Amino acid sequence: MSDLGNIIKKEVRELLTPATIIPVVAMAIVFGGMGHMIGGITEEAKEKPIIGIIDAENSPLSEIVTGVLNEQAKVVFFSPDSADISEGLERVEEEGGAALLIVPPDFSESIYENHPGEIRIHWIMKGAGVMDSIHSQTVDVLVQVVNQEISKKLVEEGSSIDPEIAVNPIAKSETTIFKGREIEGLSPGAISGMLSSQSVVLPMIMMLIIIITGSTVITSMGMEKENKTLETLLTLPVKRNYIVLGKIVGSAIVGLVMAAIYMVGFGYYMQSFQAAEINLADFGLALGPQDYLLIGLSVFVALLAGLSLCMFLGTFAKDFKSAQTLILPVTLLTLIPMFMIMFKDFDTLPAVLKIALFAIPFSHPMMAMRALMVDDYLLVLSGIAYVAIFAAVIVAVVAWVFRSDRLLTGRIKTRRGRRLRGFLGKMGR
Amino acid sequence: MVITLVVEVKDLVKNFGPIKAVNGASFNVNEGEIFGLIGPNAAGKTTILRIVSTLLRINSGSVNVFGYDVAEEADRVRRLISYLPEDAGAYKNLTGRAYLNFIARFFGRGGETKKIVERGLEIADLGERIDDKVDTYSKGMIRRLLVGRALMIEPKLAILDEPTAGLDVTNAREIREIIKKFAKRGTTVLLSSHNMLEVEFLCERIALINEGEIVEEGNAPGLKSKYQAENLEEVFTKVVS
Repeated sequence: MSDLGNIIKKEVRELLTPATIIPVVAMAIVFGGMGHMIGGITEEAKEKPIIGIIDAENSPLSEIVTGVLNEQAKVVFFSPDSADISEGLERVEEEGGAALLIVPPDFSESIYENHPGEIRIHWIMKGAGVMDSIHSQTVDVLVQVVNQEISKKLVEEGSSIDPEIAVNPIAKSETTIFKGREIEGLSPGAISGMLSSQSVVLPMIMMLIIIITGSTVITSMGMEKENKTLETLLTLPVKRNYIVLGKIVGSAIVGLVMAAIYMVGFGYYMQSFQAAEINLADFGLALGPQDYLLIGLSVFVALLAGLSLCMFLGTFAKDFKSAQTLILPVTLLTLIPMFMIMFKDFDTLPAVLKIALFAIPFSHPMMAMRALMVDDYLLVLSGIAYVAIFAAVIVAVVAWVFRSDRLLTGRIKTRRGRRLRGFLGKMGR
Repeated sequence: MVITLVVEVKDLVKNFGPIKAVNGASFNVNEGEIFGLIGPNAAGKTTILRIVSTLLRINSGSVNVFGYDVAEEADRVRRLISYLPEDAGAYKNLTGRAYLNFIARFFGRGGETKKIVERGLEIADLGERIDDKVDTYSKGMIRRLLVGRALMIEPKLAILDEPTAGLDVTNAREIREIIKKFAKRGTTVLLSSHNMLEVEFLCERIALINEGEIVEEGNAPGLKSKYQAENLEEVFTKVVS
């Protein structure tokens, strides 16, 4: 082998270790999963939207409306009676539909009198994720097609209508039914946009806080082991539980300081929405002081869970370098819920993903704000309880590790423990 | 005269999976003496010191410090000992003084802490550099700081793992002098080393350890005479062969 070949071989051996490969593979799996999820949603978007129609006029113009909708959408409810709204909504909701469209009795009359003909749309909004309002966007496009078709008809008729009305003969009157609330004047897209803007930033902040503070804890453990300061600490007359708690609380304080800095920026970001035309508080989608308290509690227990998990992972760190790699599982556990929550609402996820999302402790503070806006206290409170139990169990495990000599020897007696140790040990190399 | 047993190790066995790190070691350390464990690398010296320091649990046998079982009464043992690991460091972002303060606060309050730290400063003897961050210290300075940390609390038992390893002649000599001085003040010292000359200079009694077993025990002159050897290195070679 040539000298150059020899050096290249050595470099590849040095660099191609589990510590370098596993993060790349893990990220590829995450993005692959995300791609699969988005691909599924794209397929879903290609399907015809499910709607209901009430044509209370039955005129040539209203027939254009029903004609376009029947052709482009799957109509599961049709009635000529405007009193059938409740029945129609019920049927559409049962079928997993997006909206009930109502053509009022004065639709044509209004247009011919130079006023836009109103189509009333009752949206059924299932979730506030970016991908949850995809069907409502399709229906919106259909309404634009209806607008064009009626405009064409009016031009063909050569009627003496105001050109502005002839070009845009339709006006929408929207009511969105979201988690049992009727929100008038807003489309699911607008609501989703507002809620997503808020609930995208919080997950990102949570992700950053967990990763930054978690990394601090793991690195601190790695450094303590590398410098053998941990050995000194463990021989001092101080309770092991205090060492564990001291590390967790110390890192939590650092984390909260960082959170406070991020929250200042977040506050300005939120203020920008208050200046906007739509104020969600007017629609009962605001947060009260008790809600902020719950969000704070949710963040706190998640931080505690994250730090104790990092502390546990840190016990596997041999030195500073291996500690850096061990943050990866925590990073993945923050990235997965962050992306899931961005795209879909908890309620609209398949059961398996719901369980996975609930099981990841960091999901809960990310979901809390959106859930509290629609008064879903059950999800938030059960989440806080679950994460608190999760954190307590991990703290107990870490305290057990600190009381044993496993912290220094890295030995776990059970077969599963050995496998875990082996896996994490490889990551650390 | 009644001899107080400070460390009592009986039939000590410590396994790391299939590896027998310590295989039935027994020895005693008496009050006020400097006792040395000597042997090659991986002989089991550090494992024994870590067990006596309450860091590792044992598989069988018993280890008592001042009559307290290290496994069952670890908290009591920790109040009596001070452990200096081999190649240990200190918190890099702290100054030397802050590090001594941090440790001293576990052993005293208020004025007492101050006295402990003053003792640490005197032992470490780092001059103005004591207020610099540990990160800027040389290996010798860190070792001096750590010896100061270990001895400033005037422990009943100081457990020192290779106290002078990696140090130059001057630094090593100074640290040996400090250890001797503290032993004279009443601190019992259990140390390990593979430097036979150092052990001969420092220790009143020694135990030779090889592959986890104590293969010989006694004082340096006695062992040299028994094996008709010029130095402990020769004694060790004769014992293990």
